[in-house]
Amino acid sequence: MATPYALPEVTLDQIKHLVSQRALDGETVLLNMGPQHPSTHGVLRLLLELDGETIITCVPDVGFLHTGIEKNMESKTYLKAEVMTDRLDYLNTVGNNFAYCLAVEKMINVDVPPRAQAIRVILAELQRIASHLIWLATSSLDVAAMSVFLYAFREREIILDILELVSGQRMMTTYIRPGGLWRDVPVEFDDAVRNVLNTFPKRIDEYEALLTKNPLFLDRTLGIGKMTAEEAIQWGVTGSTLRGSGPDWDLRKKRPYSGYEQYDFEVPTETEGDVYARYLVRIKEMRESLKIIEQALNKLPLGPVRSNDRKIVPPPRSEIGTSMESLIHHFKLWTDGFDVPKGSLYAAVESPRGELGVFIESDGGPKPYRVHWRTPSYNNLEALPDMTEGLLIADLVAIIGSIDIVLGDVDR
Amino acid sequence: MGVEEKLADMGVVTTTLESAVGWGRTRAMWPMLFGLACCAIEMMAAQASDYDMSRFGMELMRPSPRQSDLMIVAGRVSRKMAPVLRHLYDQMAEPKWVIAMGDCASCGGVFNNYAVVQGVDEIVPVDIYISGCPPRPEALIGGVMALHEKVEKLKIRDVL
Repeated sequence: MATPYALPEVTLDQIKHLVSQRALDGETVLLNMGPQHPSTHGVLRLLLELDGETIITCVPDVGFLHTGIEKNMESKTYLKAEVMTDRLDYLNTVGNNFAYCLAVEKMINVDVPPRAQAIRVILAELQRIASHLIWLATSSLDVAAMSVFLYAFREREIILDILELVSGQRMMTTYIRPGGLWRDVPVEFDDAVRNVLNTFPKRIDEYEALLTKNPLFLDRTLGIGKMTAEEAIQWGVTGSTLRGSGPDWDLRKKRPYSGYEQYDFEVPTETEGDVYARYLVRIKEMRESLKIIEQALNKLPLGPVRSNDRKIVPPPRSEIGTSMESLIHHFKLWTDGFDVPKGSLYAAVESPRGELGVFIESDGGPKPYRVHWRTPSYNNLEALPDMTEGLLIADLVAIIGSIDIVLGDVDR
Repeated sequence: MGVEEKLADMGVVTTTLESAVGWGRTRAMWPMLFGLACCAIEMMAAQASDYDMSRFGMELMRPSPRQSDLMIVAGRVSRKMAPVLRHLYDQMAEPKWVIAMGDCASCGGVFNNYAVVQGVDEIVPVDIYISGCPPRPEALIGGVMALHEKVEKLKIRDVL
């Protein structure tokens, strides 16, 4: 069947600037890995130049999941554009909403009630654990540890059930809104989160029993994909991948937002900078997240979860039937939206993958003039070629797992 | 007392070739391990402990298109990905089926823009559409069961 979607032919001439002279002479082999490959965690394509099984150059080709989210956000009001943010980094949906709402709130100068701030922290940390569970499941699957996958997905369901409880959706919650939350959490929330706090430490021990001292796992991870702290900083690597190399850079500590300064937690670091170090950092981070959740839940303040500024936050449903003013506000907010003062602003949060930042430029209207996302996966992926040089393809697979990229986050 | 009953007493089941082939096809329908975006995570969840698609003979995700019968398009298809997707479909052996999982694969979803193919049926013939953004694992299993019903009813010459 003739189709307009024929695969384009690529000649050696077109890619000669990417590979070494040996490849042009025919001494080394060029291999295409992806975009449909079980170990590339999505639709990453890699051009590999191989000498036997040793990687000489590795060139990532991104853009297979380019979705035009930034452009699409320009055509929506600030309230409606938030729906797009969920779908950026689809393992960290709450965190994406979080970053976006922090930016919008700073631009319009609206205060978020303390209860909303604490619930945001709890959900963001739950999401961090869920995201790390997916990383644990898929990256250990890549090094042939199948049972961890089944355990990790079992636990992830518990967290998704909590997200569903509060927002009605398992993944794309859009629960955090500019000015607070969509609505208060239901009464079952407390018990559900305490259940996580009680059961998860034992479950994390289980994963560690499967992997941490497993000789097969150590063989595949120790000393593989080394990156020094200087290299990591030069590449702009953030998150657990950076902390595996030494620096204790964590936005939750260094640039606290949403009340993170009240909570007592450690920023785990390792100095080795290899795949195993990143594994240890993420496992410890899950335990630290549990600590944050426990503190936030124990002193969860009572009170409203949304700002009272009716120009920004839609009125409660119950008022619409009785108050003309509320009806007008509701109508205006969901048709016109609110105007944001002219200017630009950058806000960032610590996502499970690193620094997730959003830059918003406003021209004074109800729609953003430009939205740009600084996504951690992209910068972490850029460091991949340096890490892989001289290693085997099997190591490349372990390294891709360890930098924990999400292709929706890379390509946007 | 017909011949079926008599044979059944002797431990033989009679059926038509068509329904036997249809039954066989649905009991070992291997999907291709091919995740695109958010829906792929729910597809993994459907494969994992809580939902366990192996109950339908689908525990084997095949990374190679040559060995798979079913393509689950799980996620948004960008213009850059479209030729690859078509190429993979062409590589699959007949008979083959396609499930468009989620709103993006079915119709573009929330992304009505320059980058996303507005429905994967522009590129490949789709048998089942599953709504949701992303669909729950139960919805995916429901879609797979609907496809099984469809396949069981197929005449042999329809597929050939």
